[in-house]
Amino acid sequence: MADVPTNLRYSDEHEWVRVDGETGEVGITAHAAGRMGDVVFVELPEAGTQISAGDTFGVVESPKAMADLYAPVSGEVIEINSALEDHPEFVSEDPYGAGWMIKDKIADAEEAGRLKDAAAYTELIAGD
Amino acid sequence: MPYARLSELDREHMLSTIGVSSVAELFDDIPEPLRANGLDLADPEPEQVRAARMERLSGMNRTGLVNFLGAGAYQHYVPVVVDEVIRRGEFLTAYTPYQPEVSQGTLQAIWEYQSLMAQLTGLDVVSASHYDGSTATAEAALMSIRQTRRERVLISRAVHPHMRQTTATYFSGRFTLDEIPTAPDGSTDLEALEEMLSVEDVAGVVVAQPNFFGALEDMQAASDLAHAHGALFVSVIEPTSLAVLSSPAEYGADIAAGEGQPLGLSLQYGGPYLGILASTDKLMRQIPGRLIGRTKDVDGKLAYTMTIRAREQDIRREKAASNICTNQSLCALAATVYLSVIGPSGLHDVAVGGGAKARELEEVLADVGIPRIHTAPYLNEFAVRVPNAASAHGQLVERGYLAGVPLSNWYDEPEMADALLMCTTEVTSSQDIVGLAQAMREVIA
Amino acid sequence: MSDALSRPTLGLRPAVGPRVPSTIFELSRPRVGGSKIQPASGDGLAGIPDAYLRKKEAALPELNESQVVRHFIKLSRLNYAIDTGFFPLGSCTMKYNPKFNEWAARLPGFARLHPLAPDSVAQGTLQMLWELEQLLCEISGFDAMTFHPAAGAHGELTGILMVKAYHESRGDFERVEVIVPDSSHGTNPATATMAGFKAVEVPSNDQGGVDIEALRKAVGPRTAAIMLTNPSTLGLFEEHVDELLTIVHEAGGLAYMDGANLNAIMGHFKPGKAGFDVMHINTHKTFSTPHGGGGPGAGPVGVGQTLLPFLPSPRVLQDGERFRLEHEGERPTSIGRMRSFQGSTGVLLRAYAYIIAHGRELQQVSEDAVVNANYLKALVSHIYDIPFPRHCKHEFVASGTEMKQRTEVRTIDIAKRLLDYGFHPPTIYFPLTVDEALLIEPTETESRETLEVSADAMIEIAQEAYEDPDLVRTAPHTTPVRRLDEATAAREPDLRWRPGAKAPTQAS
Repeated sequence: MADVPTNLRYSDEHEWVRVDGETGEVGITAHAAGRMGDVVFVELPEAGTQISAGDTFGVVESPKAMADLYAPVSGEVIEINSALEDHPEFVSEDPYGAGWMIKDKIADAEEAGRLKDAAAYTELIAGD
Repeated sequence: MPYARLSELDREHMLSTIGVSSVAELFDDIPEPLRANGLDLADPEPEQVRAARMERLSGMNRTGLVNFLGAGAYQHYVPVVVDEVIRRGEFLTAYTPYQPEVSQGTLQAIWEYQSLMAQLTGLDVVSASHYDGSTATAEAALMSIRQTRRERVLISRAVHPHMRQTTATYFSGRFTLDEIPTAPDGSTDLEALEEMLSVEDVAGVVVAQPNFFGALEDMQAASDLAHAHGALFVSVIEPTSLAVLSSPAEYGADIAAGEGQPLGLSLQYGGPYLGILASTDKLMRQIPGRLIGRTKDVDGKLAYTMTIRAREQDIRREKAASNICTNQSLCALAATVYLSVIGPSGLHDVAVGGGAKARELEEVLADVGIPRIHTAPYLNEFAVRVPNAASAHGQLVERGYLAGVPLSNWYDEPEMADALLMCTTEVTSSQDIVGLAQAMREVIA
Repeated sequence: MSDALSRPTLGLRPAVGPRVPSTIFELSRPRVGGSKIQPASGDGLAGIPDAYLRKKEAALPELNESQVVRHFIKLSRLNYAIDTGFFPLGSCTMKYNPKFNEWAARLPGFARLHPLAPDSVAQGTLQMLWELEQLLCEISGFDAMTFHPAAGAHGELTGILMVKAYHESRGDFERVEVIVPDSSHGTNPATATMAGFKAVEVPSNDQGGVDIEALRKAVGPRTAAIMLTNPSTLGLFEEHVDELLTIVHEAGGLAYMDGANLNAIMGHFKPGKAGFDVMHINTHKTFSTPHGGGGPGAGPVGVGQTLLPFLPSPRVLQDGERFRLEHEGERPTSIGRMRSFQGSTGVLLRAYAYIIAHGRELQQVSEDAVVNANYLKALVSHIYDIPFPRHCKHEFVASGTEMKQRTEVRTIDIAKRLLDYGFHPPTIYFPLTVDEALLIEPTETESRETLEVSADAMIEIAQEAYEDPDLVRTAPHTTPVRRLDEATAAREPDLRWRPGAKAPTQAS
């Protein structure tokens, strides 16, 4: 059973966001990473890019699949996880920790609150 | 049926096992109004009769003419070994290597092909090949659009007309393809290029080396101009010339595309040919088509496999950058064997040998009053002024010479109205040249 | 199951030969090669500025002919091929590739002809191409063909670009969608996108055909075309094809047929006569041209009167007793060029020879293909789950879902274990609409005995799945390399030889 940390918020497209004041840290869930298989490549936007919730902000690639990454919240990208360039496997191995993808300056603090909590997300993936 | 395997007894037994009484029952799900009533074709032709037919048809082609025609397809000497290898049933009748465990032959050979093209172009990533030089060029142009997210590509008027036309069709009105004019010396007008680059954002600049007229371009200058304006530089290459000319990497090209036919493929009236497509590492995930990579198996043995596949059509579907599903695998194998067996010195002789004969041809033709129309440097192809070129060309065919091709087929500039594009390769002899000059003298008199 | 138990075990036999550790680069030695090309004499580079000349030599290998032969022959023995065994790849039609076609293509009159040679010099090839067009039109029911496309996918793009040109010629720029069944080959939606359309997916019904009601809802003024494969990618004929075509035509769209499965229906169904507007043909499937390890193929496209004006240029035309190519600009409505020159003539010539060899018996080719597929299905259907039990055409789908649930052995494992039995596996995980799919297409050039032996192998593997699942899940065991580390291959791509790099250490 894929783990679903309780302190995060989740989008329907299987991204998580960790809110810390005005900053949001974003990645993909263990469920999504598991479905992809070994992650071999992650394409991320440049710092400074403005993204809106629902926009694609990158791609994640495995030998057999490729999936778009959808922004769970709107904001400006302030940092990307450059370790993923040499170690894309962090996404598979530690999706909520070393596998984080982008940090952005959240435009709307309420937005993350409207996302699913751990219980609601667990229910979503149970049907998968 | 020449390749049928089922006897009447077989069919009876099989139909009974399937649970039908006739073959027709297996087709009764076709709605009646849509059923066809057989094929209005002749009886099967036994091999002996077919052989006579093919001999008769091939005999109707006049391939004994002395050949001075290039223009994108070149006659070279192909060592016999190339055909020996590509005729092997294990290469010829193998499938796409989706099951790598039983396809290591194809996979390793294509990895070797990728490696050879990487050496020739100096670039990092080489696709397992595209359909031909024109489609490779079109895909290169599309790569520059995807990478820069701009919508305009500039292509020199001196790039092969087929490449320009194919790229235009591939763009199908969604993106802009603008032509960079040529200069009187036969090269691309770099001042015009600079002007065009400064007017509007450009995704890619496409210049050929040598160009369609055989003229050599200042690729470094063109490349610098493109980069100065944030555009990618696409170099259209001819692979044998890379034995002596600067490699695309040396002048900073981002992408190289070109026709690989000169590397061991016979002319065959246009195909199958070989699309070479190579790029820098940075563009690896933008390059369409398949890539063969090295890896290990579970026992740690070195092995080869198709890789970076997630971008291909079967996985990405409507989000795939290209719909390409194949490569010209057997043609790439031919190129690999060709280069392996002629070696670097052989390739050097092909390039320089063609060049030497071209200089001989220029001199001899100038002596009979047929000068070159351009002044830019050239390697083994150039255009000459011939009065009534189109008609002269036909008369020369009658005399047994394929004297290049009239440029007026594609270019309506007045200075190209009476011009023939002539080519020599390592197979051209001095006798051929003298004979041509003599015939030309007679024709223009 | 008891019938399978009573047969003796087939025994394992290696499908291919031993590995070749070195590449041409490692085999290279100074000055052992060459002597193929006449040494150049004279200054071939006179007049070329030094700045245009190469500074860094390409590190091309130097090899003697005997090394080259040995190297590539050894490599060839690592390949499974139609010439070495049964290749039941669904949707690929891996039929025997006649050697006559190889001989014909190499006749110097054909092989040495330059594509820009004047028409007067190319009458043999032009006649062959013109005749081939007539033959393919008779087989497919269309009015004209283009030979430009170098592959099926290339043909799809050509066809859809013609559809686009057609709508635009009528001033209709609203039609931006192309409808694609969810069972379609990935090239279909990829083609739609490449041509600038949006691919709109429609679901299949539970008989494996297109859901008619869903299609009715999906069509409208934005519909440019539907792309249909018939028989479908499940090997099943679309029984309601006439209704599907009517729905699309009434909405103002055109009907594109993906002709990959033409081997099933020759003589029984002519798409052009049945109402399709355009179709591509894969010569490397239906018409025996060799796959060559991935290509070259060819994808001629047939059209009816509606799309004829838009065909790529040049076409081959008949001019009295002679033949010629269309001139540049002769037909302004053409969509233009899809490639250099006029087509992969060498491939088309092989298809021509194949068609002439069969003539009207191409109908029997299709019939035997269909009989073979139904027979093989009958032999395995008591062991393998067949989601669509009705009579198939030239291919059928099996599903490994139940086996996966009961034994944890998946379709991929069955496929890999088949290699140990000396067979190439069928197509797996396609179409996407069937879970753990195996798509099996024997073709008509296989004997009844081969079908029975391969069925036995599949049954034995099913037995192994229940009795010794680990053996199957770690297969193959007898091939020169075993399962590969695809993740590392994609994460750390090693795509070319690098000078100075040591050959990777190999265990054993």
